[in-house]
Amino acid sequence: MKKLTRRRLEESIALGFMYISLGLVTGALGWILLTLIIKGAPALTWSMVSQVPQGGFYLGKEGGILNAIIGSLYLALGGTMLALLFSLPISLGLNVYIHRKAKWALIVRSILDVLWGIPSIVYGAFGFTIMLALGMRASLLAGIITLALVELPIMIRSMDEVLRLMPRDIEHASYGLGATRIETAFRVILPQMLPGLVTAAMLAFGRGIGDAASVLFTAGYTDRIPTSLMDPTASLPLAVFFQLSMPYPEVQKRAYGAALILTIIVLLISILSRWIASRVSRYSVK
Amino acid sequence: MDLQATQPQPTDQRAAGKILASRQRTERRASVLFKGLTLFPILIFLVILVVLIARSLPILQQKSLTDLLFGQIWRPSEGVFGFLPFIAGSLWVTGIAILLAAPVSILCAIFLSEYAKPVVRTTIKPLIDILAAIPSVVYGLWGVLVIVPWVGDSFAPFVESTLGFLPFLQSKNPTGYSILSGAIVLAVMVTPFIIAISYEVMRTVPRGYHEASLAVGATRWQTVRYVIFPRVASGLAAGVVLGISRAFGETMAVLMVVGNNPNIPKSILDAAYPLPALIANNYGEMMSIPLYDAALLGSALLLLIIVLIFNVLATLVLRKVTGKGQE
Repeated sequence: MKKLTRRRLEESIALGFMYISLGLVTGALGWILLTLIIKGAPALTWSMVSQVPQGGFYLGKEGGILNAIIGSLYLALGGTMLALLFSLPISLGLNVYIHRKAKWALIVRSILDVLWGIPSIVYGAFGFTIMLALGMRASLLAGIITLALVELPIMIRSMDEVLRLMPRDIEHASYGLGATRIETAFRVILPQMLPGLVTAAMLAFGRGIGDAASVLFTAGYTDRIPTSLMDPTASLPLAVFFQLSMPYPEVQKRAYGAALILTIIVLLISILSRWIASRVSRYSVK
Repeated sequence: MDLQATQPQPTDQRAAGKILASRQRTERRASVLFKGLTLFPILIFLVILVVLIARSLPILQQKSLTDLLFGQIWRPSEGVFGFLPFIAGSLWVTGIAILLAAPVSILCAIFLSEYAKPVVRTTIKPLIDILAAIPSVVYGLWGVLVIVPWVGDSFAPFVESTLGFLPFLQSKNPTGYSILSGAIVLAVMVTPFIIAISYEVMRTVPRGYHEASLAVGATRWQTVRYVIFPRVASGLAAGVVLGISRAFGETMAVLMVVGNNPNIPKSILDAAYPLPALIANNYGEMMSIPLYDAALLGSALLLLIIVLIFNVLATLVLRKVTGKGQE
């Protein structure tokens, strides 16, 4: 009887610690979002999202952060498109052309995991070095290329996981009808797995748009909206970072606003991709 | 693949043969392209490695490795490059962050995989994913607004007056921009990451183990402790190691709250200057000082190597535990 109560006690202590942990994690999330909304919402005015910085903006005068919003969208869209160009064939290659369990596939996947783990500041320093070697200045193009490098492993590995779920029967049926592998890849596998692949691309986009360390030296920062690939480009994470380091409360308030906008964009993408992913599992053959 | 199965009419045969030949040509070209492109990730990795090594070579040739790694003084303008303050800063911040994050993360993962009802699990998992999706500058902003003032105004004076006689807890830094602030922010950032891996690892234990253990009268905690934990311990450790390597490379959030002071910290309430912050703060303006650029790329190389070792070790363990690659 005594032993039983000890077991019960242990059980409830363990469970108690788990509830505390869970409370800490969800509490931290709530705290972060609440801080962001309370501090950021008052700064969200129409001029904030519709204007570029005017004269004296960094002293707290007129203007907004349209340059950073547009810049971030350009950078993340460009990076995602460029990464997509390589991710799609590579992930198809890993699943259609190379046997899933082949040694080569294992090596490539391990390298991708390694690339995923490389801190984005290292990509940033690498990108900057290459940029200087090519005689380029900090520009939209350099930022896009560096972001694509950051996003590439994330995108390929996610697409790889998606393609792994491809129902084998359908693929085999296509081969049985005499289709070649490339025909099967583009006419059978791609349409079947499209929502999952879109989700993977959006995941990488979300990661890219929030990344500051990689664009810090490569994309630069400017008050204008870039008109060519060679222009320097502002981004939302850096807008938060730079404005926060200014000594004026009005400017710091805009940093909170910029952070709120960035978070809203990232969360929207996250929710949208989740929604798309849930549509796949409903319609696809499993 | 056998494409001879179809039997075209004799008149169509030449046209059909042409189409077939062109399809096969496309297939051969695609095969070369798709297989060849899988070389691309390896190429990227090698290029990064080679470029970083080549660009940090000047400083590696002029100074001894021990001077660089264990030198305590950082004065680029005088040509003195001691990395120890930055390595120590990184170790402190990462170490404390993991001490805070690992137990919480693993307990959460145990709860989600062993205790939670499906309804609870499907509500909490997306919340944790949201936490993982928040950009690092936002974490940094939260740190500046919430954690730094708390450490500076409440925690540090309180600890100083009650436990100030202990080493590591003395406070000479009233600002709150400190190792502890960096570690707290970092802990919150890596928690969702460690939870996700630990959860995946816990799910690999077959249902039968739970059922057998519960059937002989074990409580759920006993099942976790004596049946599941021994099976997943190495996987959980690997998850924590991946968390460490993630934390080690995190730049912006830490940079914003850690104080960036290139001295070897003596207390968790001191400011520190981790490696990624060193690169981020000084890169771009290092051109005028000789060797500065090589020193900074050298620290990027150091960062890469440390993270690489952690990742490879963890991935090998995880592959053994889960039977597939890390996810």
